[in-house]
Parts: sequence; C-alpha cells; structure tokens
Amino acid sequence: MTVLSLKNVYKSFGAVEVLKDINIEVEEGEFVVFVGPSGCGKSTLLRIIAGLEDATSGEVNIGGIVVNTTPPSKRGIAMVFQSYALYPHLNVRGNMSLALKQEGHSKAKIASRITEASRMLNLEDYLDRYPSELSGGQRQRVAIGRAIVRQPKLFLFDEPLSNLDAALRMNTRLEIANLHQQLGTSIVYVTHDQTEAMTLADKIVVLRAGRVEQIGSPMELYNNPVNQFVAGFLGSPSMNFLPAETVTPGDTRTLGIRPEDLVLSAEGPIQATVQHVEHLGGDTNVIAMTGDKQITARFFGQHDLPAGQEVALGFAQEKARYFDANGMRQA
Amino acid sequence: MSQARTNPFNSAAMHGALILYTLIALFPVFIILINSFKSRKFIFREPLALPNAESFSLIGYQTVMKQGDFFLYFQNSMIVTVASLFFILLFGAMAAFALSEYRFRGNMILGLYLALGIMVPIRIGTVAILEMMVSTGLVNTLWALILVYTAQGLPLAVFILTEFMRQVSDDLKNAARVDGLSEYTIFFRLVLPLVRPALATVAVFNMIPIWNDLWFPLILAPAEETKTLTLGSQVFIGQFVTDWNAVLSALSMAILPVLLLYVIFSRQLIRGLTSGAVK
Ligand SMILES: Nc1ncnc2c1ncn2[C@@H]1O[C@H](COP(=O)(O)OP(=O)(O)OP(=O)(O)O)[C@@H](O)[C@H]1O
Ligand SMILES: [Mg+2]
Repeated sequence: MTVLSLKNVYKSFGAVEVLKDINIEVEEGEFVVFVGPSGCGKSTLLRIIAGLEDATSGEVNIGGIVVNTTPPSKRGIAMVFQSYALYPHLNVRGNMSLALKQEGHSKAKIASRITEASRMLNLEDYLDRYPSELSGGQRQRVAIGRAIVRQPKLFLFDEPLSNLDAALRMNTRLEIANLHQQLGTSIVYVTHDQTEAMTLADKIVVLRAGRVEQIGSPMELYNNPVNQFVAGFLGSPSMNFLPAETVTPGDTRTLGIRPEDLVLSAEGPIQATVQHVEHLGGDTNVIAMTGDKQITARFFGQHDLPAGQEVALGFAQEKARYFDANGMRQA
Repeated sequence: MSQARTNPFNSAAMHGALILYTLIALFPVFIILINSFKSRKFIFREPLALPNAESFSLIGYQTVMKQGDFFLYFQNSMIVTVASLFFILLFGAMAAFALSEYRFRGNMILGLYLALGIMVPIRIGTVAILEMMVSTGLVNTLWALILVYTAQGLPLAVFILTEFMRQVSDDLKNAARVDGLSEYTIFFRLVLPLVRPALATVAVFNMIPIWNDLWFPLILAPAEETKTLTLGSQVFIGQFVTDWNAVLSALSMAILPVLLLYVIFSRQLIRGLTSGAVK
C-alpha cells in the first residue's frame, strides 16, 4: 500500500519558487531519505507533508486520503525535529503523553504506550526528569519516543542527528535503523549527510534547487546516477570529473570515475602528480593533480607515496561514466 | 576571561562598585523613610540623623490616616496599576505573537504602525482623550485611567515582545501543532512561559510611570472616590505651607506596593526558563 504520495507539488514563498513539480511515493514500511545540499527545499517539503506549510499547488495524499486541508495532528504523522523541541515545562512522561491526551486516549492506554516506548529507547530511568536535566542524546531519544507513542502511519525526521557529536550520531543512526525494523512503519527522513542517506535508506530522493533529480535505491543511485550532480553528491570521497579528452583525444564529454575505481597501472591513461596522501589505516586516499584538475584515488591497504611523485592511474572502462555538457549521463 | 572573573581582587572590585551603586540608589529612599518618623523640627534641623527618643514622632502617619481616605487612594492606585499591567501584557503579548508567528498581508506595516506609538507621547492627545471619556461617560472612573495607561504601554510592549517571540524556537511551536495543541494553548502554555523574562521587563518598565502619574488622574479622575495615591498626596503640598511630615509618610507608604510588585517581577526576570527546551 502507498502510505504517502505527492503529486505535482509546487511551493513558492512570494515570487520565489522553492519546490517545483515534486512527485514522490512512499510505500508501506519503506525508509525514504531526502538528501540534497543546504537550501534545496528538503525541510520545506517535509513541512508540507506534515501540514505545517501549505503547498502552493499539487496534492498530498497520506494513507489514501488527500490531506491538503487537514491539520497536522489529524494526518496520522509524527515528527522529530532537529532541535528536539521538547516542551520545557513538562517532564519526559509529560512530553510523551501530551499528544495522546489531546487525542483523548484512556490513562491505561497512554501508560502502556509510554512504558513500551521508553523500554525500546532505554528511557525508563528518565521518565520523571525535565528536558533541561537530560543530555543531548537523551533529549533526542525522548523526541523520538514522543513520536513513537502516537503509532503514526508515517514518521517524519528532519535532520535528527545533526546536533549530536560523531560517536553519538553513529549510535543513534543504528538505533533508528533498529527501530524501523521493529516498528515496520514508513519513515521519511531528511538529511544533507550522504552517509546517513546511504546507510539508512531503502529509497533515496536526491533534491537540488527544489527539483527531484533522481529517486532510487542507494546502490542504484551510486552505480547509475542520471546526471553529474547525483554522481558527485553520493559517495565519499566524491566522484572525480575530468575532461574525457585527457583519456580519449577528441572526446568532448566529461568523464566521471569513482576514487575506488582508480588503480595504479604503468600504462594507465591518466598521468598525475601526488599532492597529498591521507592514511586511513585500512585505506589510503591519494590526492593528485592531473593538468589543473584535482583527482582523488582510494587504494585498499597502506601505500607509501611521497608528495611530488609522478603516478600513472588507470581504470576499467565499464566503471567509467560519461556526462554531456549539460551534466546529463551519456553512458 | 574566566581567570579575570575568578581573580579575588577583580571580584572584590566588582562587588565594591555594585555595593556603592546600591547605596547611592537607596540613599534617597532611606532619607525619606527615616525622616517620616521624625517631628517637623528635627526634619529640618538634622535631616540625616536617625530618629531617636527625642525626635521620634508618628505625627506624619497620623495626619495621613486622618486626612481623606488614604486607603481608598491606595486601593485605587493598586487597581489601576495592576489592571493596566495585566492588559498591557496580555494584549501586547497577543499582538506580538500574531506579528511574529503569522505571515499575513500588512504584517510589516502593522508592526511599524504599532511601534510608532513609542515615539508619540500620549499626553499630546489629552484633550481628545478627555472629550472621548466625557462622551463615553468614563470620566471619574478607574476604567478611564486603565484604558489610557494600557494604550500608553502597548507600543513598547508589542515592540519588545515581538523581538523575543521571534526567538522562540519554531520547531517547538511546530511540534506542538503536530501534537494537536491549539494556537491558544501554544500561546499561553508554551510561548508565554518562555518569554517570561521579557514580560517581566515590560511590566517593570510600565509599572513606575503608571504608579507615579499625576497628569491623567488629575484630568480624568479627580473625584474623591477615584483619586490615586499620587493625586491624594497633593493635598499636603500647599502653595504656602507644605506638611512635610505627611508628605514623607505618604511617600514611604507609597513605596511599599511598588517594591512588592518589583520583587514579584524580578523573580521572573532572573528565572531563565528556556534552558533545555531547545538544544
Ligand atoms: N518562510 C520562508 N520564507 C521565504 N523563504 C523561505 C522560507 N522558508 C524557507 N525559505 C527558502 O526556501 C528554500 C528551502 O528552504 P529549506 O529550509 O527547505 O532548505 P533545506 O533543504 O531544508 O536546507 P537545510 O539543509 O539548510 O536545512 C531556501 O532557499 C529558503 O531560503
Ligand atoms: Mg532543513
């Protein structure tokens, strides 16, 4: 069943068109991630789904019902915000129960849902604390708990991890993945972090300047980007782009090759000078210059390459991607 | 920076400066208080001396109690001040919430129009206000004063509160909307407590001028039963003789309620409530 479908959604603030012709479907149980650079309209799109913002035109359909004029609380969604947004005057229990009280559930039902959610999120010991008495990670878990207790048709997450430090971010990411597995509820998740997108998503939606660039599974987008933007946005370090004539004289296209697809090979078509080497232990990133273009190669294992050394780099032809002058994929 | 703050010498200097300032600020109040307990002769002979067995006298307080209905004046002042503050804060906060929260046509213009009142003194309109009060039959009622003071306080209140409400996290309000709270609940339960320090600031700014005002009580409500404390105290200040005992006693008593209100509001000023709400 389709939980969410957006049809031809447009949004303008005054004369500025922020979202253009958005068409997205989210199936039952699917984890969908919106990624894109800052300011591309991810949050705005999420707010339109939540009902916090009205679409200028187009249709928002949740669970088979057109909800364009339905208030947020009646849409069957729950949302987790970047800044946690906990109610400062309520303790953890109060924060989690507020929405259920508004919906008029019985005391017993509210209590059992809170018990269940706090067990899942390891919040049992904190139920009587106020938000100011919790750490950042705990606050984020409370915010997630507040969403879970409502048992919505669809969860909305707006960059929930960006206020956490690196270690906590990774833990919470795993926790969210686990929760998704246990609950089986559809999730729409906004981030500008492509690692989060790749690791969490069943389906990624890449946005740029208010348009959908491509929709697909992480590996589909990684292996078959429709254009240069998607190719460059996913993957870290990102894909190298070179004029194709460096390799094949007379070719006017742009060649795209991922760092891990480059190999050291004596006859390799790319001649480059090593500039800098990053030793990651398991991997080695070599940043080199070919002509006036910077190129990054990622080699498995440890390699000692002094700066200034000339290297020849090669690649398998089937790994190469070609883009035309407009950035569209050629082959 | 932190070293400078913990340095005992700097800390002593800072406290010294603050104590000095406190002494200077409290000195007039102190003089008024001690002299209100002295007989007339000693007020003039030794204004700085504390009352002793010889100079002690309650004559001022006795005069004040006998003359006119002092407690009624007191009550009038209190009603007018508290009611005006209540309306200023309520309507000011509501307008500020609308201006800061909702996008509607003319939002900017309306904000500017409301802020214009800060620059135009309300006393310029005294004649028009008086005519209006006469035709609505509000002359010599406390409502006349409450309405005027509310109007006088609103522009600054809206201006200050709008700025503060802009800073309340959008995520928090949106979370409440997703949870099904009404706009009224969001305003009263979520936003107002978070801008409490700003409310206290506005209240303190408005309280003293209203309590001390002589102009509007004299013009709009000079009747015996609606006299405010400031107006009531004027009977002791004559063109030729001034009953200093009575004036000082009246002033001493007039300080108390303001002090009380100030203590209430300053508690709120200090209590920072936002911590922990948002990252
Ligand atoms: N209330 C508003 N009025 C006018 N323009 C707005 C408003 N809200 C957002 N915008 C504009 O819409 C565009 C998209 O904003 P949005 O917040 O959706 O970006 P985003 O993709 O979430 O970015 P980020 O990753 O930085 O959070 C931005 O260019 C922003 O300036
Ligand atoms: Mg955003």
